Amino acid sequence: MLDLRLYMLQRLSALVMAPLVLGHLAVMIYAIQGGLSTAEILGRTQGSVLWFAFYGLFVFAVSLHAAIGLRVIIHEWLGLKGPVLSVLTWGACAGLLVLGLRAVFAVTVP
Amino acid sequence: MTAAQETLDVTVHRGTTRGACYDSFQVPAHESQTVLDVVSWIQQFADPTLSYRFACRVGMCGSCAMMVNGTPRWTCRTHVKKVAADGKLMIEPLRNLPVIKDLAADMDPFFDKWTAAQGQHHPSQTRHDPIEPIDPGDPLRVEADLGVECINCAICYAACDTVAGNPDYLGPAALQRAWTLLNDSRDDGRGAILDAVSGTGGCHNCHSMGSCTQYCPNELNPMRAIAGLKRETAKSFFKGKRNA
Repeated sequence: MLDLRLYMLQRLSALVMAPLVLGHLAVMIYAIQGGLSTAEILGRTQGSVLWFAFYGLFVFAVSLHAAIGLRVIIHEWLGLKGPVLSVLTWGACAGLLVLGLRAVFAVTVP
Repeated sequence: MTAAQETLDVTVHRGTTRGACYDSFQVPAHESQTVLDVVSWIQQFADPTLSYRFACRVGMCGSCAMMVNGTPRWTCRTHVKKVAADGKLMIEPLRNLPVIKDLAADMDPFFDKWTAAQGQHHPSQTRHDPIEPIDPGDPLRVEADLGVECINCAICYAACDTVAGNPDYLGPAALQRAWTLLNDSRDDGRGAILDAVSGTGGCHNCHSMGSCTQYCPNELNPMRAIAGLKRETAKSFFKGKRNA
């Protein structure tokens, strides 16, 4: 149920995610170690184009990657295919995108 | 199976895809007995209506492949004592294929996919051209040679969990054949092959679980071939051929 286009989209999104995951983990450890409060974290992220781009790109990559992975599982485990499978795939992608971007906007837009 | 054990408890799949049941037989145990011997004994001495398929009996044709205690095997090359230490055998037709009757699987979907993967030779020359010298040490030829011993027994196809979950998937044998032709300098079907293995049932559906390679009786490595196809199609993607 994966053609070359979806396969490449999933691999390339993984390629984008790999350094972003490491960056995200590093940020979390730094924030905890330093004992930053919520206000201090928001003070650094709000208005920052860099953090908006970092987590915005992360959300795009995760939404594509996870939706294509779910597509394979849904097809192989539930036997769904055709338009139903496409709607579920891109519906999951849109859902993740909306949830993720809401969070990105919340912490980066003042 | 102990030395004192004189019979085997054999359970055999009967019927077709539309309706099936299991029959039990007590089969005399012998030294150096293959699973095909057991099936033949049942057909000759217990139930002549049992349908199964075999030809060469020496592991060359692949037609006697069946599921033996849940594992796909060439029955002619499988000794009972190696797979049924407790004297119990469950014999079924190959998994992932329709059943014609009893132990005879319908191989049509398997060979249809072999064709769909462009498994046929695409001539690059005519009979009027001089014979092209082939260097057996050439790296591409070495890679092609890794897959040429496939006899299309469908053991790998029956072992593949991706085929079980995704009936459109071309499967390990067809994809290995495509990889063999892709590396064969005498074959002129590169574009057609890459297109054929890049569709919705193509090589990109493989999860690299490796059952094909683990169970292949000829010790071939279809998983390596599929990985090669993924690499080649990815390269063609970056060259701007979105459909390989």
